[in-house]
Amino acid sequence: MSGEILVISGLEKSFGGLRAISDLDLAVQPGKIQAVIGPNGAGKTTLFNLIAGLFPPTRGDFHFAGKKLNGRKPHEIARMGVSRTFQNVELFARMTALENVMLGRHGRLRAGIFQAGLRLSGMRREERECRERAFEELGFMGLAEKAALDALSLPLGEQKLLEIARALATEPKLLLLDEPAAGLNPRDTARLSETILRIRERGITILLVEHDMNLVMEISDVVSVLNCGRKIAEGPPREIQRNPEVIAAYLGEEGNGAPA
Amino acid sequence: MTRKDLKALLIIAAAIAVFPWAFGGNQYFISLLVFLGLNAITTMGLSLLMGYAGQISLGHAAFLGIGAYASGILTTKYGLHPLAAFLAGIILSAGVAVLVGKPTLRLKGHYMAVATLGFGEIVFVAFNELSFLTGGPSGLSNIPPLSFGGRAIEGIPFLYLVWGMVFLILAFSLNVINSRVGRALRAVHGSELAANAMGVDAARYKLKVFVLSAVYASMAGSLYAHFLAFISPNAFSLMFSILLLMMVVIGGSETIWGAVVGAGILTLLPEYLRILEDFEILVYGAILLAVLLFMPQGILEGVRRLLGKRKGQGT
Repeated sequence: MSGEILVISGLEKSFGGLRAISDLDLAVQPGKIQAVIGPNGAGKTTLFNLIAGLFPPTRGDFHFAGKKLNGRKPHEIARMGVSRTFQNVELFARMTALENVMLGRHGRLRAGIFQAGLRLSGMRREERECRERAFEELGFMGLAEKAALDALSLPLGEQKLLEIARALATEPKLLLLDEPAAGLNPRDTARLSETILRIRERGITILLVEHDMNLVMEISDVVSVLNCGRKIAEGPPREIQRNPEVIAAYLGEEGNGAPA
Repeated sequence: MTRKDLKALLIIAAAIAVFPWAFGGNQYFISLLVFLGLNAITTMGLSLLMGYAGQISLGHAAFLGIGAYASGILTTKYGLHPLAAFLAGIILSAGVAVLVGKPTLRLKGHYMAVATLGFGEIVFVAFNELSFLTGGPSGLSNIPPLSFGGRAIEGIPFLYLVWGMVFLILAFSLNVINSRVGRALRAVHGSELAANAMGVDAARYKLKVFVLSAVYASMAGSLYAHFLAFISPNAFSLMFSILLLMMVVIGGSETIWGAVVGAGILTLLPEYLRILEDFEILVYGAILLAVLLFMPQGILEGVRRLLGKRKGQGT
């Protein structure tokens, strides 16, 4: 098929002698929620960091919406429409929730030091629009009344949602969610899964790394399973749950982590 | 700039405006206020660099010196108009800041501090050794006063000029902070990783703010040269870089106003500590220690909190 939004081919990444990812092919269809699962150390976060351009692959190519991502810097990849959240929340300290989301619109604004310092009219209009859009994203995540609070003063569940709001403010085509449910209680997780579905309704493609199997099986359109840096299975959640190789990979590592 | 900022700015402006009349144009007080203003210009840039972008510089006296020597050399040896020399100093400082900033801003924390310290020392040595230009350790004298249209600006008009610049730069900096650029700087400070992932070119912003702070320092340096009519390398040594840093930390690096307050305290304090002579430095150390221990966000924020607490108890 030619409609893929993200195509990864022949990917390999070694850190010194450790091969984190080997010979990985992955294609993500637009408008879908695709989950990447696998035991700890399977290479999931490495995969995300490679897509986001944090470090170069040892081998292999990334194509996003038909354009090659290799060799581009993280901020360039972000501006092309790939946004992300982090496994360990990376919100900006000393900034309010609203300001964190406004920062997400950085690539959509133009004002430089001089326009800002002199408060030229274009900059003021731009800033007003940015504020409104940021409020909308906060509202979308149900955080509107937290706008003026210091971002790091929010409880973890809301910090995770705030990170998603910030990522959405960049107007991404592809959103990478790195363990969004980690550390959340069941109520927050339910809120999260409902939110992810609403993000898909906006036409945004989601690539999800997650350990919470209930969440993954409930919302994903496609599940890709990694083990030791290789893809061992891929398909709709129902198939994956029955796949003997997947079950073996999980049971071999940790019995209670099996896809439920 | 918020309304509160504007109010504070107007109050200080009014105080500066009536000051010469209140003190009858006392030369000593005028020069004290001029130095305060010049230090404030430099520390505002350092506050943007340190407090907002989270990058440390132990070499900012060098940029002051580059501005001062550009003005001094170009006006005395090449007969340039002071304004032209002023602009030349800015361009030179910005150029040097780009060259120095590119490699050093890749470094983090202590490493960047040491790298900028090295840069400051190199410039200091250059001021001493390039005697044919700088006059070497004995300095450069007979620098003409700043002038507009043939009229020299000295005394009270110069005081007003300096503080006019302080207010312009203060307003400019406050505007920068409350904008896309200011958010990007704070984001880089908070998490460079996340800033990059949100489309901020962190390396470029760090360089931009480094250059901006160098330009502020250069402007202060040029004005300093014209005011004193004499400059020598000692004014731009490591000691002064450290003093600038202390001003920012003591006043509070997290706000631009803190930089102004810090400049005020450490400019005026020495005048009152003269009687202590060599023990002066001990008092500095004690103040720095006390601020870091009890008011880590600086005196301005610390006092504000104390007042807020008392107000809270009263109601």
